[in-house]
Amino acid sequence: MAYSNKVIDHYEHPRNVGSLDKSDESVGTGIVGAPACGDVMKLQIKVEDGVITDAKFKTYGCGSAIASSSLVTEWVKGMSIDQAMQIKNSQIAEELSLPPVKIHCSVLAEDAIKAAIRDFQTKQAAREPTEKAE
Amino acid sequence: MIKKPIYLDYAATCPVDPRVLDAMLPYFSENFGNAASRTHVFGWKAEEAVEGARREIAATLNADPKEVTFTSGATESINLAIKGALEFLRESGKKHIITAVTEHKAGLDTCKHLERNGCEVTYLPVGADGRVSAAQVKDAIRPDTALASLMLANNETGVIHPIAEIGEVTRAAGVLLHVDAVQAFGKIPVDVEALKIDLCSISAHKIYGPKGVGALYVRRRKPRVRLAPQVHGGGHERGNRSGTLNVPGIVGFGYAAKLAREAMAEESARIFELREYLRGRLVAEIPHAIVNGSLEHRLPGTLNISFAYVEGESLLMGLKDVAVSSGSACTSASLEPSYVLRAMGLDDELAHSSLRITVGRFTTREELDFVADLVGREVARLRDMSPLWEMVQEGVDLRTIEWTPH
Repeated sequence: MAYSNKVIDHYEHPRNVGSLDKSDESVGTGIVGAPACGDVMKLQIKVEDGVITDAKFKTYGCGSAIASSSLVTEWVKGMSIDQAMQIKNSQIAEELSLPPVKIHCSVLAEDAIKAAIRDFQTKQAAREPTEKAE
Repeated sequence: MIKKPIYLDYAATCPVDPRVLDAMLPYFSENFGNAASRTHVFGWKAEEAVEGARREIAATLNADPKEVTFTSGATESINLAIKGALEFLRESGKKHIITAVTEHKAGLDTCKHLERNGCEVTYLPVGADGRVSAAQVKDAIRPDTALASLMLANNETGVIHPIAEIGEVTRAAGVLLHVDAVQAFGKIPVDVEALKIDLCSISAHKIYGPKGVGALYVRRRKPRVRLAPQVHGGGHERGNRSGTLNVPGIVGFGYAAKLAREAMAEESARIFELREYLRGRLVAEIPHAIVNGSLEHRLPGTLNISFAYVEGESLLMGLKDVAVSSGSACTSASLEPSYVLRAMGLDDELAHSSLRITVGRFTTREELDFVADLVGREVARLRDMSPLWEMVQEGVDLRTIEWTPH
């Protein structure tokens, strides 16, 4: 399979690999996918004053899955939560020139960022039950 | 200096040996005759060359040259063996086939086709070692069983079935035995008498011959095997397979078989030593490296190994100067991980994490050192970015997690 140069670049030089403290109140963690399907993404965001100030990922999966999650961590840094919720898999697929058979990798990356935001919002809601979350 | 890329996918195909190419070249434009032309010297020369090749292949199988039918490759041989035998035997009410779940698609898809046309097929499961037993075959035999079709050695794992024991069972029961010996032929002895094989499919390009040529061994005596031809026409190859013979290809096949037979003992020992050297390094240097299938009953050159918590296609991407293959879903058109490894009971993530590495005639120890170093580095790098590896390091049992399959 021929990969686009952008996929190869993210695969060889992945951005933001690592982990944030998942017990930190300001950190949201999303884990999507399944080992049986050949890809699992863990995406974490750190949110301060409604803005995503840091993002980290770890991915088990093919080169396109690694590139999709690496790209998303680059994109979300500096975004508000509302902006990050707007990221569409089609934008990821387009940026990385993913072939049709690899579109599911971009879908997984979109799911991962949404799952991380949901986790953050759940934590906030639990912490301040009297306030409205977001 | 090592020449790159490094080829370690000899189970997929081999380069044509330069000696084989030299033997073939005169038969393209100099001795170009049609082996079926009986009226002139061009035809006679071509026929002589084809018969010489037939003798070499027969000698390598311990068969009679009359028992060798040339085809376009092993897929055609397998189709002819299974369809041809069943079409013939169905007239006497025999419509049952015994095969195994880990067979090559050429065998499995042929069986599925016959099922749609009224045949019945038993697909034997394999053990964790990848093997079927003679007892399994014996238990599956019915009064209407026509044929058992099994591989001598598996293409993904190199695991060898106990064909000699199975041959005893099928011969005693009057069931024909077709053996797909594509991977084994030329690498380990394949003696159709000792193994009691009735039909045997082989291919040239797995033994340093050209692509597009194969053969089917068809037993003539005790029992005489009759096949319904699947390619009709001028009645070439004793009516088993019509079509003008691929003379240069057949010459190359014959010469490749001769070279493989003469060098077999020395070559298989050398290749085995190289594979064991690579296996030893990988298993010793990389934690959670697991060899798939029986080590004892295995072709000398084939290694199938999983690196847990690393996905196979991403690993292949890291091994960009090395040609190997993977059981990962992402490398297959179907997006399913290897059915062979799953049939052996491997967890999906281990099947996704597998590499098939095959050592061959032109492999050097320097190449294997380069590959072992590179695999070690890439597995470590990918594990550093694997959430599964992280969880395992934290003591999480992956089986207790509720995943979200997509």
